[in-house]
Parts: sequence; structure tokens; C-alpha cells
Amino acid sequence: MMSLLEIRGLSVALPLPSGALHAVRDVDLTLDRGQSIGIVGESGSGKSMTALALMRLLPRGARSTASRLEFDGIDLGALEDSAFAREIAGPRIGMIFQEPMTSLNPVYTIGRQMTEAAVSRGLLSTSVARKKALHLLDRVGIPDPQMRLGQFPHQMSGGQRQRVMIAMTLMLDPELLIADEPTTALDVTVQAQILDLLDDLRRERDMALILISHDLAVVAERTDTVAVMYGGEMIEWGIADDVLHAPAHPYTQALLHAIPQVGATPSRLAAIPGTVPSLMRAPKGCVFAPRCEHRREDCVASRPPLRAGMRDHAWRCMLKAPPQTSREMEPLHGHGAAEDADIVLAARDITQVFTTRKALFAPKRDITALKGVSLELHRGETLALIGESGSGKSTLARILLGLAQPTSGKVTMLGRPIVELSPIERASFVQPVFQDPYSSLNPRRRLSEIIARPLWLRGDRNAATRDAAVAEAMDLVRLPKRLLHAFPSQLSGGQRQRVAIARALVTRPRALVCDEPTSALDVSVQAQILNLIDDLRAGMGLTCLIITHDMAVVHQVADRVAVMLEGRIVEEGPARRVLTAPESDYTRRLVAAAPRFEANFLQPEVAQ
Amino acid sequence: MLRYIAMRGLLAVLVAFTVSLATFFLLNVATDPAQAIAGEDAPPEVVESIRTRYGLDRPLPVRYADWLGGVVTGDFGESYYWHKPVAALVADRADKTITLALSALAVTILIAIPLGALAALNPNSWIDRFALGVAVSAQAVPNFWLGLIVIILFAVTIPIFPVSGDDSWRHYVLPAFVLGASSVPAVMRLTRTGLIEVMSADYIRTARAKGFRGWQLLRRHALRNALLPVISVLAVQLGQKFGGSVITESIFAINGLGRLALESILGADIPTVQMLIFVFAIVFVAMNLLADILNAALDPRIRIG
Amino acid sequence: MSDTEITFAIVEADSEPEALTPGQVFRRRMASHTGFLIGAGLIAVIALVAIFAPLLAPHDPFQQSLSTRMLPPVWSEGGTWDHLLGTDQNGRDYLSRLIYGTRVSITIGLGAATIGLLIGVTLGVLAGYFGGWIDHMVSFLLTAQLALPGLLLAMALVFIIGPSIWVVIGIIGVLHWTYYLVVTRSATQRIRSLDFVAAATASGAGPRQIIWHEVLPNLASQIIVIFTFELGIAILAEASLSFLGVGIQPPTPSWGLMIAEGKQAMFYRPWLVVLPGICLFLLVIGANLMGDGLRDVTTPEGRNG
Repeated sequence: MMSLLEIRGLSVALPLPSGALHAVRDVDLTLDRGQSIGIVGESGSGKSMTALALMRLLPRGARSTASRLEFDGIDLGALEDSAFAREIAGPRIGMIFQEPMTSLNPVYTIGRQMTEAAVSRGLLSTSVARKKALHLLDRVGIPDPQMRLGQFPHQMSGGQRQRVMIAMTLMLDPELLIADEPTTALDVTVQAQILDLLDDLRRERDMALILISHDLAVVAERTDTVAVMYGGEMIEWGIADDVLHAPAHPYTQALLHAIPQVGATPSRLAAIPGTVPSLMRAPKGCVFAPRCEHRREDCVASRPPLRAGMRDHAWRCMLKAPPQTSREMEPLHGHGAAEDADIVLAARDITQVFTTRKALFAPKRDITALKGVSLELHRGETLALIGESGSGKSTLARILLGLAQPTSGKVTMLGRPIVELSPIERASFVQPVFQDPYSSLNPRRRLSEIIARPLWLRGDRNAATRDAAVAEAMDLVRLPKRLLHAFPSQLSGGQRQRVAIARALVTRPRALVCDEPTSALDVSVQAQILNLIDDLRAGMGLTCLIITHDMAVVHQVADRVAVMLEGRIVEEGPARRVLTAPESDYTRRLVAAAPRFEANFLQPEVAQ
Repeated sequence: MLRYIAMRGLLAVLVAFTVSLATFFLLNVATDPAQAIAGEDAPPEVVESIRTRYGLDRPLPVRYADWLGGVVTGDFGESYYWHKPVAALVADRADKTITLALSALAVTILIAIPLGALAALNPNSWIDRFALGVAVSAQAVPNFWLGLIVIILFAVTIPIFPVSGDDSWRHYVLPAFVLGASSVPAVMRLTRTGLIEVMSADYIRTARAKGFRGWQLLRRHALRNALLPVISVLAVQLGQKFGGSVITESIFAINGLGRLALESILGADIPTVQMLIFVFAIVFVAMNLLADILNAALDPRIRIG
Repeated sequence: MSDTEITFAIVEADSEPEALTPGQVFRRRMASHTGFLIGAGLIAVIALVAIFAPLLAPHDPFQQSLSTRMLPPVWSEGGTWDHLLGTDQNGRDYLSRLIYGTRVSITIGLGAATIGLLIGVTLGVLAGYFGGWIDHMVSFLLTAQLALPGLLLAMALVFIIGPSIWVVIGIIGVLHWTYYLVVTRSATQRIRSLDFVAAATASGAGPRQIIWHEVLPNLASQIIVIFTFELGIAILAEASLSFLGVGIQPPTPSWGLMIAEGKQAMFYRPWLVVLPGICLFLLVIGANLMGDGLRDVTTPEGRNG
């Protein structure tokens, strides 16, 4: 049988001022009609670039080459750009993107954007196109489609817009749908619904699907085959079960060990040391070699050969046989709060009402973000606060940090009301760690200044003691001394997050409030930070409130969990109990929607 | 939508009021109008009699209230210099300046928008470099000097257009070019950056994934979005053309409001200066209001909040 | 993720600790930016001419000589080596007057741009940081200032207060702060919402410490860019005022004034108008090229309108 899509030797180079960046190198991909493939990789692995190259949507100046590029027997390489746009992009290959909030044109109605491609091609008349749009909106689960057709994108939520995007690509009945991180910007429960919808539609229409994601778990559950990309190369591919349960490439193995598993007993994660490689020059040897624990001398000297396993399982590695994955589970170092530990931070009956108005003289509107929330944080424990966007969890964090005043209710630190504390006293009680390591450090200051700043604000005017405290804090978060005078722009995302933690710890506060501390990081780097938090719990009895949407993170680090929904705490209890036997409906849905997979490793079979 | 326009309108009135207040006090505090009317060497008795005759001995707030009361009924006082009602003076000359400002705006639009669009669609090409060169040079050329150079060229070298006067449309070609050139850099740059921004937006990528390319992509998805900020800047530029007419009209001897402004300043004719500043400010505010309304009509995010 | 962000994600992941400091990146980009180098070179040369004017000028710029009036430049018929660029209506050496003219232009440019900076940045940072009613007030002030016809008001005020170099600097400065305000206000709003400001607040820092330590260092490059542009704008504003007779007064050598003086004879002695105009053009284009270059060098996206 002829494949629907066949790619051989696809490479993409981006011109940068400092030279060409090899975003994708020598990628092969085969996809049959009605089949689905998941492409997985961390940031910079080239997974999106591969799809953009196929759709001819690469940034200006980027060059892509392939030895073979065939879609349904058509040689795409020989096709003029205008013919590709008319005959392939849209009617035969559709694509949806990560950002539903910005992927629709804000100034035109949903109806116009849905129908225009079919109408302008002369495929459908306006009235038939509208009928089809109505039908498809209904199919993707948009209530009252008739009204929605006349609405504008800003009148819909993110999940609804992603549904509209899907319906829009289906207007032309493509045979292949490419979904580039379609749910990354969405909440967990919405994410599950959208992924299920994509899966259903694929089966219904016998449509091929390329699902691109940074999240192995998202892909694992829903695609027939999986391809793993690293550093611009496809390093392993095969049937989803084989790749996920019997990974053969050391990178895939390491990645799977780095992901916290919701089901198992929490244990230390196997973080991959180092960072993603530079793609400015093609390595002579294996692209993963610098971070590989099985590295041999020939790994850096020449390109690894293609190894074949059973059932089309293939990988690129120097090792003849896949390394044995005999990793013993190391238990977590940290431990929870002692019985009857005192309460470090407490919130009593917090209500927060925001009054907003859209314009200078527009009428006021009240939005209640928090409705009578109470919470206690005991010394030495890690409490996870989970909830979806808009649940009020970040508002609560700001109030606990003293960055915002609640409308009513009170916050106490070791029994003292926060309102009676001076800003400096408050700072010595509780410190924040934020989500985005790219905005949490002042780009104009050196690391030494950033970490020492809280000390200076506290009134430490002795430079020598400040330097000593900075050195100690950097030690604590495992930041090398040579970075002392570096600027944030010289650091990787994981290193920046370490700096943020060092700054938070330098004054030795009683508690940390971490707002999504790992959700902007790649899986392998997330593992480093989660292990660091575990170390700090063990080493200094860290008391910590972690705000997150990720069940796996909760499972990995939390002693207790509080679940928030629409400004209220709907469930609270020990982490183990809440994750395995949730009591409230909402928590049950949340736990069920969390993407997961069982990583019980088997030894891959090797074809001789 | 109506509410939005009403709010914008109210803001415009407030701005106009503030501007008139500031102008009135600045012009009347810094100088002694009576002395200015009488002339520098006039004996004190004459100055005093003028002061009483024009009511300049009253306190400033009273005079402002008086002036404002007049404005409401269209009475802007009497010119010290021409001894005629200021409103009549302005009305007589307004048409010439309006013609000049509108034709200058047309020049700006015809040069700046195509150039900016071409540059945006071909970044780092020769046309982009050329457009940037035009913008940087036009920004550095003193406008009055450009006027004189154009006169020298067209009077001596190639006498196609008349170099001064305001009798026929041919008289307006050179002044409109000179006045219009001063807005080219701002409008060109904004068109360019706006269009580049739009063309790299996610929704353009969506449209490209649906198979739209080239002119179709531009017309269906980029144009309206890119036009929104350009409308606003054109309104600002048109408003400024009136103020800018001072130089152009004096160089090309056009008997419009700009020349009137220069003459009345040099003649210490406070009521006329005051009204002209007020009128120019009103024009500016009105143009911006118009741009706001246009933007609201074109952008559903403003229209349907 | 838009296309450019994809590129960035890869480049970011790429940034090893051995990467360059912001200062090194800045210097490297500066050294390879042709426009910036040309602009900076022009400014440096003109600044040196201004500083060493007494050493460079071949004659006293005020020395009149009725016997050598309106000599043409050396390359025209009748020119002499004694007066390289000829003489003006009063027989003063034109080269010497042009050399001394740099002093007027640069003094006024620096002075006015600094006054505008102080007003605009203060208002912009306060409005952007505190928001609320302060922001509403400042925005209103901005709209009112934009509505005022700047040149007209400057002419009127200079005329009324009496022309001197300090009055001209003050008035141009006071009327040219809006660009600083608009940019610093939105930049401050953006920075204020970043997590490092929240981190500073959580460490007990007050508004003043945050503004000085966290906000202003991140505004510095943008402020410098605007300063270079405003330098050019102020220089042109002075030239316009002087040209219209309400700026620098004779016999001080100001380029704008020299063009006005040369205007009567421009049809048969065009160099009297052309030469000072070229000087103005070179100075202002130098400032603009430098500003454009600095903006390119300090924004990661590269060229930006």
C-alpha cells in the first residue's frame, strides 16, 4: 500500500546573524491514511519546524530541503508554491496551532473565517458553506452554533476557539490534520476534551493525524506511532507501545525516567544533566552524546547508525543493543511536617473582589476572585494548591505574599497578622518563586546583585557578609560559582529558575510560595528543579506552598493538596488520598483528565 | 458603540477646554496686551486708556470667562491689529489652509503608504532600504529649507509650477508636496512596522495554512488589521498640518491661516493668536475623534467590548 | 508560538553560560551597524567642530566688511581662498559663521532634549507605575499637549517673553516631552507586570526602590534612543523659529537665521540658503541615524521600523 505521506531526509536551516541554525536535520517520516503519529520533543527539538516545513509556513529566509517529499503520490518538492497553496494547504492538509487566542483574526466573524477558504476556492456556495460550518461547529461541541457564526473570536474562551479552529480546518475535509501543541495553552480538563475530539474525528473521517507535543503523556494515550525528536533529529520511532514501554534510545529512556508518574510511589527523578545542544553547528557524532550516560568514545566521533527493532521500531545509537534500564528507585529525600508542627502561614476566610471598568467612564463591574478561602501551611510541609486558570489560585498566592490586600479576611504569619508587619518583616517570613524564569530576573542586573538584593533591602550594608550569603545560596541551589557575575540572558531556563530560588532563600524565609515553578520548563529540566525542591525539603526543612495545574508535580512533591474551583477550596487532604480517592466531583474530573501513562519498562527486542 | 463615541466626544470637549484655558493664561500672563496694542514707546496714559477701553484692567479669570462666553456664541473678540472681528478674519482665510492641509495629506498618503507596504512585504530588500533612506532623509530635512530649495529649483531650473500665490490649483502643488513630505517618515514607518507585525501574527499563519497567499492573503486578512493604527496616525498628521501651515504658507505666500498666525504674532495681536491656537487644537481633537470612531467601526474588539 | 518565537526558543536553549554579557552583545552589534557608525561619526565630527570653533574658524564670524559682501564660494567664479565658502550680505565669512552655528544648534538640541526628557520620563514612569488616577491625569495632559499646535505656541511664547537662547531652549524643551512620555509609560507598565518587580516587592522594596533599581535601568536604552531623536527634532525646531524671526536674533550665527537672511538673495546667491541647510541636514541625519542604530542594537528583534 502506498503511504499517504512520505518524508525522507528533511532538513531545515534558519539564517541567524551568527550563522545558520540547523533546526531540523535529516528527518524521515512515513504516515498511512487514517493513521496517527505523535511527534514528541523538548523545546528546540525541531518538532514544530518539521510540520511548518511540510506546510511551507517556515519563517522568512528559512531553507528546507528533502530528498523525498510525497503526499498521496504527489511530489511536493516539485510543486509550485501557488499550486501547493491552492491544492494541498487546506483541502488536503489542515493545520491547527498552539495559541487559540491569537490564531483567529480578531476583526472578522467566526462565520466568515470558517467559510472563506471553501467559498473563495469555489468549492461551496456561501449558503452551503454556512450550513456545513453550522454542522461542524455542532460536531466539535460548540453550543448555539447559529449565534456563534456571527460572533468575533474575542467573545469566546480559549477552548472554544480551539474547537472553532478544528471545525475550520475540517471545512475542506483534509486527509491529514497536523495539530501543533493544540492543547498546551489550555486547562487540563479542556485539554482532555480537545484531544478526545481530535481522536474521534480522526476515526470518523479516516483522517491521518500528526500530533505534536512536548508532553509524552499527551501523545502516548492517543496515537498509533510515536517519533521522538532531540536536537533537530528524529532519534527513535515506532509503535507507541514499543517506544513508551520499551524505549531503546538512551535519550528516550532518560526522558521517561525524568517524568513524574502519577500512579507509582513517588521517587527521585532521573534528571538529564546539562541542557539542550546548540544547533549552530552539526555535531560530528551523536547529537545526544554530551548528555548521555552510556557515552563511548566513538559516540562523539561518527554518526550513530540506524538500529531496527521489532515491528518497525527504530532508533539511532552507537550501542548495538539498547542499554539496560536497571535504575533502582531512589526514595525521596524530603519528608513531610512533623505531627503538631506549628502553623507558619495561615489564611482565614479570604475574600477578594476586583472592581474593574473597561474604560474611564464605563460602568464598574465586580469580579469575586476568592470566596471565603481558608488555608494553613505547617512547618516543614509542602502543600500543593491545584486548580485551573481562573480558579483564583494565583490571586491567593499574591495575598499570602502580601503583594495584594484581600477585600476581607486575614493572613497571619506565625500567628501575627500580616497587616501589622512591615514589608521587610513580611519578606523575612515568606518569599516567592514564579513561573516564568525569563521575566522573574531583572535582565540588567548580574546574578550577584539579583541574589544579594533582598539582603540589601533588609539593611545588610556589609558587602562581605552579603557575598558570603550569596555564595551559600548559590551552593544550596547547585549553581556554579563561575556564574556569579553573569547576566540572566547568559543562563538557560533551568539555571534562571535556580537563581530565582536562591534569591528567595537568601534571607532564610520561613516559607516559599512557588507559583507554577516548573511549568515553563522542559521535562528534563523540570526533573532537576523538582529534585532540588526535594533536596531543600530534606536539607533545610523547607516549608512550601506550590501552585500548579500538573497532577504529576503534585504527586511528586506534595504532602497535602488543596483543590480550588471558582474561588473556593473544594477539597483538601493528604496528597496520596486526594489523588487516588478524590471526594469531590471536580477533583475526580481533574484527576481523570490528567494525561498519564504507565512507564513499566520492558527490554526492547532487537531484530538481528 | 454609542457609549464609546459619547465618551470620546466628552473627552474631546474637555481637551479643547483645557487647551483654551492654558493658551489664554500663557498668552495673557506673559505679556501686557495693552502695552502691545499701544506700541512700545506709547506714553503710560495712552496704555492706561487702552487698558480700560479693551477691559484689560479686569482680573484674568473674569476676562477668560468673558472670552469663553464669546466663544460659545462664535465671538472671538476683535483683532488689535486689523481692527476686525477675529472670527471673520479666520473665516475669510480658512478655505486656503483647508485646501493646503488636505492636499498635503493626500501627498503623504500617496507616498508613505505604498512605500511602507512595499518595504514591509519585502523586508531587507532594496525597496526596504530605499524606503528607510527616504524616511531618514525626510526627517532630517528642515521643512522651510525644503520649501526654499523647491522654489529655487522650480523658479530657476525647471519653471513648471508657480512658486508663490494661491490663485489656482497649480499654486498648491509645491506647498502641498513640501508640507506633505514632513509627515512621510512617521506614516511610512508606522505602515511598515504595522504591516510587518500583522504579517507575522498567528492568524496570518492560520490563513496561510488554509491556502491563502499573496494578494488574497493581504486583502482578506492583513489589510484591515494593519490599517487600524495608520488611521490614527493620519488623523494626528492631518491635525498637525494646520499648525505646520505657518511655515509653508509664509514661504509660498498663501494667504491662509498659517500666514495670518505669523502676522498676528509679529503684530502682538493676542485675540487672533488665541483663536488660531484654539481652532487648530479643535481641528486636531476633531480629527482624532473621527479616527477613534473609524477604528471602532473597523475593530469589533472596541465595538463589542 | 509565532515564527520568530520558535527561533528564539531554540536560541535561548542554546545560551550557554559562556554566552556574551549584554554589554558585549551591544558593543559587537554597534560595531557592525553601518547606519549607527555613520551617524555617530557625523555627530562626533560636528561636536568637535563646535568645541574647537575658535581654532577652526578662519575669521571672526561677527566681523563685517562692506567691501567683500556676498562673495561666492571658492569653486565659483569670483571666489577667493580667503573666504572658502564666500561671505554673506554683511561681508562676514560664511564658513566661520557656519562653524559657530554648530554651537547654537548643539546647545539648543542638548538643552531642549534634556528638559523634555526630565518632564516626559518623570510623568511616564509615574503614570506607568502607579496607574489609576495619576495615569488618567497624565494621559489627559498628553492629549492636551498633542492638541496644541506646538510651533505656533512656541512662536507666540518666544515673541512675547523675548527671544534669547535660554528662552528658546526652555520653550522647545517644555513643548517636546510627549514622545518620552508615551514610550516610558508603556514600557513601565510592561516592566511593572513582570515577575522580578513582584519579587522585589515581596522582598520588601518600596515604589521608589523599585523605580530606581528595577524599572529605570530597563528604560535606559529606550530613553537614550528617544534622546537622540529629540536632539534632531529640537535642532530643527530652533532653526524653524529662527527662520521665522522669532528665535535666535542677529547677529548670532544660527543656521536657521542664516537661511532667513540669505532668502532675499536666494535666486542669484543660492549658496547662502543651500549651505546652512546642508549643515542642518547633516547634523540632524547624524542624530537620526544614531537613534535608528541604537534602537536596532538594543532591540533583540533587530530592525524595527
